[in-house]
Amino acid sequence: MYDKEQARKVHEEKERWEETTVQKALSRFPERYEKFTTISGKPVERLYTPDNVVDLDYFRDLGFPGEFPFTRGPYPTMYRGRLWTMRMFAGFGTAEETNERFKYLLAEGETGLSIAFDLPTLYGYDTDAPEAEGEFGKCGVAVSSLRDMEILLDGIPLDEITTSMTINSPAAVIWAMYIVTAEKRGIPRRVLGGTIQNDILKEYIAQKEYIFPPEPSMRLVVDTIEFAANEMPRWHPISISGYHIREAGSTAVQELAFTLADGFTYVEAALERGLDVDAFAPRLSFFFNVHNDFFEEIAKFRAARRIWARAMRDKYGAKNPRSWTLRFHAQTAGCTLTAQQPENNIVRVAIQALAAVLGGAQSLHTNSMDEALALPSEKAVRIALRTQQIIAHETEVTNTIDPLGGSFYVEALTNRMEEEANEYFRRIESLGGVIPAIEKGFFQQEIADAAFRYQLEVDAKRRIIVGVNEYVEEEPLEIPLLEMDPEGYDRQVRRLQELRRTRDNREVTRTLHEVREAARNGKNLMYPILDAVAAYATLGEIMGILREEFGEWEEPVWF
Amino acid sequence: MNTRSAPSVEELITAALAGDRRALARLITIVENDGEQARAVLQRLYPHTGRAHIVGITGAPGTGKSTLVNAMAREYRQRGMTVGIIAIDPTSPFSGGALLGDRVRMKDLVGDPGVYIRSMATRGSLGGLARATDDVVLVLDAMGFDRILIETVGVGQAEVDIASSAHTVIVVEAPGLGDDIQAIKAGVLEIADIFVVNKADREGADRTFMALQTMLGLGPRTVRHHGRAMRVDMPEGTHEGWRPPIFKTVATRGEGVPELVDAVEQHRHFLEESGEMARRESERAAHLLDHILRDALMARLLERVPEGNFEATVERVAAREIDPYAAVEHLMHEAALEAE
Amino acid sequence: MASSRKVRVLVAKPGLDGHDRGAKVVARALRDAGFEVIYTGIRQTPEAIAEAALQEDVDVVGLSILSGAHMALVPKIMRLLKEKGLNDVLVLVGGIIPDEDVPKLKALGVKGVFGPGTLTTDIIAFIRRELNLDTEEAPKAA
Repeated sequence: MYDKEQARKVHEEKERWEETTVQKALSRFPERYEKFTTISGKPVERLYTPDNVVDLDYFRDLGFPGEFPFTRGPYPTMYRGRLWTMRMFAGFGTAEETNERFKYLLAEGETGLSIAFDLPTLYGYDTDAPEAEGEFGKCGVAVSSLRDMEILLDGIPLDEITTSMTINSPAAVIWAMYIVTAEKRGIPRRVLGGTIQNDILKEYIAQKEYIFPPEPSMRLVVDTIEFAANEMPRWHPISISGYHIREAGSTAVQELAFTLADGFTYVEAALERGLDVDAFAPRLSFFFNVHNDFFEEIAKFRAARRIWARAMRDKYGAKNPRSWTLRFHAQTAGCTLTAQQPENNIVRVAIQALAAVLGGAQSLHTNSMDEALALPSEKAVRIALRTQQIIAHETEVTNTIDPLGGSFYVEALTNRMEEEANEYFRRIESLGGVIPAIEKGFFQQEIADAAFRYQLEVDAKRRIIVGVNEYVEEEPLEIPLLEMDPEGYDRQVRRLQELRRTRDNREVTRTLHEVREAARNGKNLMYPILDAVAAYATLGEIMGILREEFGEWEEPVWF
Repeated sequence: MNTRSAPSVEELITAALAGDRRALARLITIVENDGEQARAVLQRLYPHTGRAHIVGITGAPGTGKSTLVNAMAREYRQRGMTVGIIAIDPTSPFSGGALLGDRVRMKDLVGDPGVYIRSMATRGSLGGLARATDDVVLVLDAMGFDRILIETVGVGQAEVDIASSAHTVIVVEAPGLGDDIQAIKAGVLEIADIFVVNKADREGADRTFMALQTMLGLGPRTVRHHGRAMRVDMPEGTHEGWRPPIFKTVATRGEGVPELVDAVEQHRHFLEESGEMARRESERAAHLLDHILRDALMARLLERVPEGNFEATVERVAAREIDPYAAVEHLMHEAALEAE
Repeated sequence: MASSRKVRVLVAKPGLDGHDRGAKVVARALRDAGFEVIYTGIRQTPEAIAEAALQEDVDVVGLSILSGAHMALVPKIMRLLKEKGLNDVLVLVGGIIPDEDVPKLKALGVKGVFGPGTLTTDIIAFIRRELNLDTEEAPKAA
């Protein structure tokens, strides 16, 4: 991008500057650290100049928004046309309570739903299962059957909004419940818009909410991708997620590389099923973390778009430009929030959210300041949403596209991200691919190492966390906590028991048998699951059949 | 620990022999930590030992040893036998701490009163592990566990050392760990009584199986004799020799495990019938005695040598001031232990 | 012969929550502080945790719970530990624990509660203090 001769001159001049002006200053005022690094531990130079990005080719590496390789943005007008979707992840207690929270959020200006399910639901257990003890409604809403889903979505215009559901192992069943709820209200499935997370690979790698071994899990994912390709043109059947990889302690480049490697694995699995790449690739979506290191994060998003576009076009032969485009949801980093001085979290979230916007996110969740203490209160959620609205309407950063493009530092970081991600792809390849690498504990080990290194840096005060290892205050702060309906659990269990008594149990048995048959004979499981859900078979019953057929996975331990 | 009320060793032994698992756990700690009390415990328990069949399970990391141990224990429980498990992981040479993670793979055994699992760190160096393992085996044996399964670290000398602690040694292999043949290390081949190709549902399992078969089939059969594996050419079918069988298992699903356990029992039978058991027992006894005697003599010596002299002698040897043989003579003299 | 005593710590994650970053980081830090750490993995039942604590004869039990289920799980674990005679084990809880629950956990016998942002050095110092490790001159047999 820069004239070689000029870059060489800049390089020489930079050396001169280092040796003279900088040296003089250093002899009087040494720098604060001997080495400066990104939060991921990557070295950062004192100054970035054209010679750091001398090989950058504008057309090859950056291009224009909405055009290959999409480094500057997936859409031609970006936020000048339409702001990102402000999508707040919410859910707790019973379906009734969460339904109320959804209506509140929509009234406050939220533009898309995002459903958090409780742990029993995430593991495919009904609320009254013995394994679910103590977990009801804690991290999200409990949905054990179609009945709960109907209550959860009551009064919500499913044909107007889009809904994101954070559900993985049981994604097919929960999605089926959503579809049946809409269809019973007369809304056909083809108009429904939204996303199921459905990214099982990152569960093995990071979040550990897996149930089945990798192989049958991948089969379920491909079943849903195939179903979406055939029946649900507006739905994203998977949200390939780096968020949890980062929360588990990875570096930015590990998040980037592991997420995209997962993405390639899904593409290859769908191709193996015989699907046409352009039939499903446009509906793949991504979900990234947005952490504290402002520029590193922005570079990560830009590199992600470029790597994906290149691979989809050049490696997988996609023809449709929409197959090349990486679109992503971002969430501010829960792991950066502190229990100490929780109001400081508002500031952290604001800065992270700004990085997501400057990185070109399509939708965004901002965390609430009290999340390191408990489930977010209504007030804390509102402040988090207002943070997005302030960025959208008051800062004017939305006026132009990719405003940091061309920054020597950001472009150099973007290049380095891509190079280092490619290096990881090679290592994963040499282990035999993503699933063998999971079985060998490669990702788990890499992440655990990075998490431990980071903690040691914090312990040693090499990294300052305000309010944690510096600027510590003893005075506790009163944070109003969310009060959950104390009767909620009993009501949910009663509803479940009544359902099991009053539904047509012959139909339940028949449809569950069909699910088992499909699990065995390899036919797409979505269809029998839809039938079972419609017959009010519970989540635990359907997943129970699959547990019997597929077995359960236990990971080897890596520290 | 000083925060604990300490029942006497005698009380603990009585309680443990009566089935108190808490007391058993504390006895193992005492034995593992060594010292005066440990000696007292082992002396008291020794008459109760000698009934358990001791199985060592070794193999490289990633072969699924823990899962196999888990599956074998379940199989033994179904056959009505009780099982003690010792799962060993390495101690960090830098901190002296350890991360012991084998229990993760043994979740389904936890509520079973017929199973007792103990994680151990390698701690000391040079035979210290073998000594501590033997001692803990004695405790579990005295408590009446029918079978004791020892899962080794799977690396280094410990893999071979298991041969002197166990009656039956199972060497575990798995496909996809790199070069088929290279994975089977020298020394390990000789100590195996039974081979297992675990993860047999994986690609490459047949290759690993055949590689093993080839190595065993073409090579001379081996018989262990006086603590050393000896290569003996022996006509096929003679019952003086035990031809190590190879099994395929999928431990996560329990596949092949009943057959494996049958083979362990057959091996036990063979040991008894052939008189090999008696040989191995005296081998184990010699080994045990050897360890205890060395430790006792060393302790005696250090007691008698004036403080600091041992270290000083080491330094002099390192500085080439004296040779190690002269150093030993000198130390023996100081301790008044020299030959009369 | 000099005897050696090692502090043994059980690190466990009860309940369904699979977020094991904190548990693993703490396990590793404790190992590097010279402790023997028995890690039991995720999705542990209270029964399994209490039984493992017993079989492993640990000095410390560290529980990591981020799901909010601590008020259901911890009382049960404490009860089972007592039933098994493990009255003198030092129990610590780490995770997302609202301030108002801290006194309740302490009343159950939990000695330390550590929230997000806790330095591992603080946890190690706490254990050393509670077990009187720094005041002892020479370690004695158990």
